[in-house]
Amino acid sequence: MSTDNRLAVRKTYKLFIGGAFPRSESGRSYLVDTQHDGAGVNVALASRKDVRDAVLAARAAVATWSGATAYNRGQILYRIAEMLEGRRGQFIELDNDGSTVDAAIDRWVWYAGWADKIAQVYGGANPVAGPYFNLSAPEPTGVVGVIAPPDSPLLGLVSVVAPAIVSGNAVVVLAAPERPLPAVTLAEVLATSDLPGGVVNILTGRVAEMGPWLASHADVNALDLTGVTDPELATSLEAAAADTLKRVLRPAAAPVDWTADPGLDRITALLETKTVWHPKGT
Amino acid sequence: MTATAVPLAEVASSEAALRIFLHGLPGVDQVGAEQRAATLATRSIKTTAKDWAIDLAIGMVDLTTLEGADTPGKVKALCAKARRPDPADPSCPSVAAVCVYPALVPTAAAALAGSGVHVASVATAFPSGQAPLDVRIAETAAAVRDGADEIDMVINRGAFLSGRYQQVYDEIVAVKAACGGAHLKVILETGELATYDNVRRASWLAMLAGGDFIKTSTGKVSPAATMPVTLIMLEAVRDFRDATGRTVGVKPAGGIRTSKDAIRYLVLVNETAGEDWLDPDRFRFGASTLLNDLLMQRTKQRTGHYSGPDYFTLD
Amino acid sequence: MPLFEYAPAPESRSIVDIKPSYGLFIGGEFVDPADGAAMKSVNPASEEVLAEVAEAGESDVDRAVAAARRAYETTWGPMPGRERAKYLYRIARIIQERSRELAVLESLDNGKPIRESRDVDVPLVAAHFFYYAGWADKLTHAGFGPDPRPVGVAGQVIPWNFPLLMLAWKIAPALACGNTVVLKPAETTPLTALVFAEICQQADLPPGVVNIVTGAGATGAAVVNHPDVDKVAFTGSTEVGRAIARAVAGTRKRVTLELGGKAANIVFDDAAIDQAVEGIVNGIFFNQGHVCCAGSRLLVQESVYDELLASLKRRMARLRVGDPLDKNTDIGAINSSAQLDRIRTLSEIGSQEGAEAWSPPCELPDRGFWFAPTIFTGVTQAHRIAREEIFGPVLSVLTFRTPEEAVAKANNTPYGLSAGVWTEKGSRILATADKLRAGVVWANTFNKFDPASPFGGYKESGYGREGGRHGLEAYLVH
Repeated sequence: MSTDNRLAVRKTYKLFIGGAFPRSESGRSYLVDTQHDGAGVNVALASRKDVRDAVLAARAAVATWSGATAYNRGQILYRIAEMLEGRRGQFIELDNDGSTVDAAIDRWVWYAGWADKIAQVYGGANPVAGPYFNLSAPEPTGVVGVIAPPDSPLLGLVSVVAPAIVSGNAVVVLAAPERPLPAVTLAEVLATSDLPGGVVNILTGRVAEMGPWLASHADVNALDLTGVTDPELATSLEAAAADTLKRVLRPAAAPVDWTADPGLDRITALLETKTVWHPKGT
Repeated sequence: MTATAVPLAEVASSEAALRIFLHGLPGVDQVGAEQRAATLATRSIKTTAKDWAIDLAIGMVDLTTLEGADTPGKVKALCAKARRPDPADPSCPSVAAVCVYPALVPTAAAALAGSGVHVASVATAFPSGQAPLDVRIAETAAAVRDGADEIDMVINRGAFLSGRYQQVYDEIVAVKAACGGAHLKVILETGELATYDNVRRASWLAMLAGGDFIKTSTGKVSPAATMPVTLIMLEAVRDFRDATGRTVGVKPAGGIRTSKDAIRYLVLVNETAGEDWLDPDRFRFGASTLLNDLLMQRTKQRTGHYSGPDYFTLD
Repeated sequence: MPLFEYAPAPESRSIVDIKPSYGLFIGGEFVDPADGAAMKSVNPASEEVLAEVAEAGESDVDRAVAAARRAYETTWGPMPGRERAKYLYRIARIIQERSRELAVLESLDNGKPIRESRDVDVPLVAAHFFYYAGWADKLTHAGFGPDPRPVGVAGQVIPWNFPLLMLAWKIAPALACGNTVVLKPAETTPLTALVFAEICQQADLPPGVVNIVTGAGATGAAVVNHPDVDKVAFTGSTEVGRAIARAVAGTRKRVTLELGGKAANIVFDDAAIDQAVEGIVNGIFFNQGHVCCAGSRLLVQESVYDELLASLKRRMARLRVGDPLDKNTDIGAINSSAQLDRIRTLSEIGSQEGAEAWSPPCELPDRGFWFAPTIFTGVTQAHRIAREEIFGPVLSVLTFRTPEEAVAKANNTPYGLSAGVWTEKGSRILATADKLRAGVVWANTFNKFDPASPFGGYKESGYGREGGRHGLEAYLVH
């Protein structure tokens, strides 16, 4: 968009890996329509090697992110909401209406508040029949591969990413292929929110190309197939994940109303439960 | 310190007695120890107190170079700096010692002759200690013969971690004997000992065996010196003096780079072991880059503005 | 003269702008009290007058409750949880932004060392608002049924020992659940509550959601007894707690009370001695011992008594008593002359009853209210100083022989707020914690607080819990 005779400086849309913005190692890109001035923009077309690098970055980030206090994670998710609020106008321009952007901001706030409460709702002391202290506590599963919903490139994206990271997981996200710009712009928000590099990694490109590499990767602990619209692809990805017994979230049976109360399922599906016993005696 | 079932003098009479004694020492709660160190790090040392602390810290530095690439030229330059840390200001105290590998001891001894700055040498196959005992003893004796006033030895971590406490003890006793009149610092390599309980046990072992100083680290392994580890060692020397009357010194080494860090350590000493240890004969810093930061802070205190590296010598 | 003399390291007062006088905060504005009554707030370290604050009378309290009711019915009650949440998040952020100012003011008004107000009080205040902000839109998941509703208007009376923190403990959960509040700060420490009112304005909090009525005992009684208050929350002495419980009998008012304590800090012979000593010192000298959950009875296993006492005395000799605004001060001023009298009286009684007092040498300033940290040895359960809450830097030391005896002595009190257990043996921690009749058990630590962790007492230390998911219960109807 230019005013007067001033030429605009157009943004370059790159990948988001390890807190940095590299181009695809393959050097490829693809054209994405925008509503701006008729011309499309080039977005990086990620390859299997980018998937590999993103998983490495995610794994490197898990220890620190899950080792942070829940309070600290909650503060960072709230900061993401603050930064997103500051960029509200930019997201509205991208192809979302105002109410969707507001809902996405409020969704970050909602998830920020869960960080230091999940354990209280999903864990607890167990009254075993013996002189033992017994406690179940949730822990993040580790690295989660997420295929973002194509029908909701901002609100849907936030609704699959936030519940994964709030508990301490790190994610590799395959953004909605036809509408990737909100995801890349969200990456800019994340990069300015004190979120440690590698906690969220965002790849743009073909789900059918990248998905199998993510699904079969032995260092990915869980797979969220929400955004896979092709049932055959979803089946083959779930089957590939079975080799390493990943925890798999299948695509929803019916279209998801992203504005509805998310509930806890997306958080708890990506948690492990650890139960500790200790005798009680003098 | 608790009265033990076995009187202290007989604790090392057997492996079993030594084990019972060391394992009977009070445990250390990690979180509690780290919080105590963190609280002491909030002390605010300003103005006159800061001036005094900086000068004391300079006088406690063991200026160190322990590289494969060390040459006589490098060591001579270091010794010149040790004698006169700030060429622009003769009132600046000199450091406590220069610390080098045994091969460079003759150079250091010649360069420091008559200055009051001590010559410290590492020995006993520093840093790993993985050499036959007779070789380690011979190295110690050679360094002392060549002019070292102080020997920094490493304990046998392999033996310690596999519970062979008597062996660790006997080796320290043997090295102490080879030191003659030189004083012995015993490096525990706390980064490899891993737990604070082990640091407490190794401290006592080193002191019972006759060490004059206990030292945290070789500086070649991370983590090196930390405030909580030094806290545990200061408690140990305090308790040892209560039990035996003998005062052993403490030297944190490696990773202490700023004046702020150094002053925090002095606060730790002051509020744990007490002011008797606020003396270069009882407390040292094993460091290299720390000295220039102390000099910069010293200059800032006197001139009122922040200084820069160009105003201090590299070596 | 010590070798390493720490030079004065004063925190600057200039960051705080204390007004000469303050009105009441009602309906989103500062207003004068109806009859113009006022009282002075004093710096206990110097006896200097800091400001004049209003003293709310019955009609002022009535006005405040009406404003709270109006806000509850028209604005705050109907507001969706996710919007309430965002107000609370704003407040949390502003507290973080103004943290130094609040810490300095708290130390000036209360007497506690700046290190504690800066490193403990104010960060916890922000954390409480953050934590409860997050519950505001998740109440259906909190375990109180599918549709928990707020109670209505809460009348809250708080003590002087942690003024802003006690305010946060009361206001954050109340607002998160959709209630509106009328809060009375303690008579001797109103100032941070009044700055909090300014913060509510800064956050654009709808008028009437929070109302602050300063005053003394009569104002507190007016709040508690007001017929249009649905829920009463009180933290303070057991004596006043009893009076409140009597006053609400037969009414529809719900009440939670957080009262006094006489916590036992139990040290077994296998404790990590150096850390246990830190825990004992923290337990009774943190905040000058003005802590309801203070570890005021040290129960030490006889076999390790001599060693522990020697370590404790050596450690106490390091305590720095003095100007609360000096960053190196460990122990600040006693909050008021009334409290100082009480501490002195009970200490006198301790000596008269045959216990032996010991304090490290320390120089106390001439002006202000000061008491040296003190331990009494040779104390038994029968001594008054082992039974009555002193609420000062005074520790009573008792001994025990077996774990059963330790537990029996620890529980042998009408109070039941907290307890400490020091041992390296895990099973002993858990068995002892099981048997202690106390709402908070600290094992190998002491005086640890977190907004996620429920806090409250058994027996005459009160009822109800603040903090955690449990802290929502008092503010919901379900």
